[in-house]
Amino acid sequence: MSTIDEATLNTNYLTATKGWKSWAFTLDHKRIGLMYLVFVLAAFLAGGIFALLVRTELMSHGPTIVSGPTYNKLFTLHGAIMVFLFIIPSIPASLGNFILPIQLGAKDVAFPKLNLLSFYVYLCGATLTLLSIAHGSVDTGWTFYTPYSLQDPEAATKVLYMTCGVFVLGFSSILTGLNFLVSIHKLRAPGLTWTRLPLFIWGMYATSIMQVLATPVLAITLLMLVFERVFGLGIFDPKLGGDPILFQHFFWFYSHPAVYIMIVPGMAVVSELFATFSRRVIFGYFAVAMSSLGLALLGFIVWAHHMFTSGMSEFANMLFSALTFLVAIPSGVKVFNWTATLYKGSISFAPPMLYALAFLFLFTIGGLTGLFLGTLNTDIHLHDTYFVVAHFHYVMMGGTVIGFIGGLLYWWPKMTGKMYHFGGATVGAWLTFIGFNVTFLTQFVLGSRGMPRRYYDYLPEFESLHRVSTIGSYILASGLFTTAAVLIHSLAKGRAAGRNPWGSVALEWKTQTPPVFQNFEQTPIITKGPYDYHLASDEELVEDLYAPSAAE
Amino acid sequence: MPVALSAYAEDVDKVYYLIFWLSVVLFVGIIAAAAYFAIAGKRKPGVRAEPTGHHMILELGWTVAPVFILAYLFWVGWKGYLDMSMVPPNALEVRGRAFQWGWDFEYPNGVHSKELKAPLGKPVKMILSSNDVLHAFFVPQFRIKRDTVPGIYSTTWFEANKLGDADIFCAEYCGGRGEGDAAVGHWAMIGKVKIMPAADFDKFLKEGNGPKEGETVPDWGKRLYADKNCAGCHSTDGAVGAGPSWKGLFGRSEAMSDDTAIVADENYIRESILEPQAHIVKGFGPVMPSYKGILQDKEIDAIISYMKTLK
Repeated sequence: MSTIDEATLNTNYLTATKGWKSWAFTLDHKRIGLMYLVFVLAAFLAGGIFALLVRTELMSHGPTIVSGPTYNKLFTLHGAIMVFLFIIPSIPASLGNFILPIQLGAKDVAFPKLNLLSFYVYLCGATLTLLSIAHGSVDTGWTFYTPYSLQDPEAATKVLYMTCGVFVLGFSSILTGLNFLVSIHKLRAPGLTWTRLPLFIWGMYATSIMQVLATPVLAITLLMLVFERVFGLGIFDPKLGGDPILFQHFFWFYSHPAVYIMIVPGMAVVSELFATFSRRVIFGYFAVAMSSLGLALLGFIVWAHHMFTSGMSEFANMLFSALTFLVAIPSGVKVFNWTATLYKGSISFAPPMLYALAFLFLFTIGGLTGLFLGTLNTDIHLHDTYFVVAHFHYVMMGGTVIGFIGGLLYWWPKMTGKMYHFGGATVGAWLTFIGFNVTFLTQFVLGSRGMPRRYYDYLPEFESLHRVSTIGSYILASGLFTTAAVLIHSLAKGRAAGRNPWGSVALEWKTQTPPVFQNFEQTPIITKGPYDYHLASDEELVEDLYAPSAAE
Repeated sequence: MPVALSAYAEDVDKVYYLIFWLSVVLFVGIIAAAAYFAIAGKRKPGVRAEPTGHHMILELGWTVAPVFILAYLFWVGWKGYLDMSMVPPNALEVRGRAFQWGWDFEYPNGVHSKELKAPLGKPVKMILSSNDVLHAFFVPQFRIKRDTVPGIYSTTWFEANKLGDADIFCAEYCGGRGEGDAAVGHWAMIGKVKIMPAADFDKFLKEGNGPKEGETVPDWGKRLYADKNCAGCHSTDGAVGAGPSWKGLFGRSEAMSDDTAIVADENYIRESILEPQAHIVKGFGPVMPSYKGILQDKEIDAIISYMKTLK
């Protein structure tokens, strides 16, 4: 791309170069981020439709819309798509790719070509996953537990397609993590010391460490599954002398850190939102930054808490229960610090802030219900029931997805140059929040009463709660569709957004909207922290929601 | 929480409600504070935010104080779990076999049942195993759950302390097969525990397996057909399920998946029950679990005599 001249570098990145090739072969982190966003949202839509089908089936006792084996495929697809194609890449690959280099004051990520490669690797992985659907789809659950996933030779072929897809997706995740780590170390603008890094960057840093270190374990595990299937090596299949519990250890050694790969970015986004919309420094900045790293570390040593009923030794159960409780400490630190950040703030209830507040509410429930599951004797009863389903949806959806939408609404004007309708976005936020709680609070009750998960049908006494939960999921869907409509409308009809619509002092709002091709016309020199509102002039805090030309 | 029917269920519930109320207090505290701060701090023109960013004692407080609460929760959970793990030495041993998709329970004298019978006030040690894939033995009213792993025995125990019925669920996903009404799977592994006075339990053991009084052998076979989950895959009216229908099957020459032909006689039926994968009728998948250890010789004979009646 040496042919790009100075003028192009300093024009809007969306229009700086033209033609489909300028997108397909772009090395610009902003365009890659945007392309990721499109595919990640498509995956969210697909996973969401599967979720609605699952909930509709569960609306009534007995068969409702699909047969049992089809239901098994639906919840598998919901889980696999949401985890591997949506949540894991959501914040880092789309919002992170776009915002991280700008927050660093850099022109791009450290390895732009690797960044593009990671995007195409993601597409390859997604295609392989889709192939498994074309072949009749997998019904193993997203965890691919052996020996069921190896049992039927015909079905196992589809499992191979999907595991290969997930294997490939893992590489995309590793490449993004690697790129971010190097960028954060090497590309910080002059004056941007580690203690002046925005908390979003700290969160991405912790996430990237986990992506780089944990994802290879998933790759190894899936490769062993493939070898077992193709060459008949006895690793996990008891018929060949293997140990199915070993698979669970391997699987969770990746998938538990993966849970933190999912939630830490959500926490990273809401830290930005709390600061901007309270107009004050994040309370306990250092503690919040370190708690992200603490979670990254603890994420590696608690995997076996998914296996308390699997027949592990009592000693192992004791150890993992004790370690699991440690997770509550950094999580608690974050919640307390966000709450304290609101204290004597100057608080705006703009749509992104509603999501930050929803995050605080939902994540606190998600975290506290984790206590029931870390405690050994209550976990024995609650394990593999709807209680667990509700718990991880509160953390993954109430946490990460709510953080993702909040971040999307926050950075949307910067990314697209368009401002959306506040009223519509507020209605969307409330519907999502109410629908979410109706859907999943009921599932805590179902689970504590003994309703096991992954059941196509259930005892009649569970019907009324299932019905409430299904209705909640429709409200939730209506909230998400409202938000989507508001954003699509803004692209077509929205007014051009100003440079700094939220009156933030953070670096990404100092550049043009949308940013120029090389992010900043001149490399910025950083002299203040990202949340130093008390040092800002009144002029810096003006909310220019709309670009001046559009005012009249 | 569901009704408590086992000795340690109350301990589990105590811990559950302890965490529940602790969580409610913390949650209400945090959300009330956040809501108050947010509303009181609503943006007003000309008013700047207070720039406090750090308070050492406060921050240390909310980092260290939870450690004590968490340590206590860990301790009560661990203690309760130990009680659930240590089987009393005088416990009655019952074997539980899980298979796709059902349960079979075997008592010390060799008697089998589909429904788990439990004597009131006597500890029962469950020795669990699986014939095929992972399952989990879950009885919500007892607050117990244990995975069954192929190739490994796992154990757990309970002592029923009230009369009544409890549910058995499979809590580890184990798949599903078939179409329409013939579909079976994970969700269909629902069973019952019948808690009975010790005297009734002894009577049940004595009566043992075999035809009931006045029941003919083919009728006994018909009962086994329903009880042992044959009905999930094999119809008796000619409808094709996950396996061949039994109607007119006996004595017929069947084409096999390896293109040989075998007459479905006593030997073939017996082999298909004990080693289902040895010879599979063309057009069907290798999905049937082995009934080795679940059906005894007399029972297999009874099933065959029932099949003979299905012309």
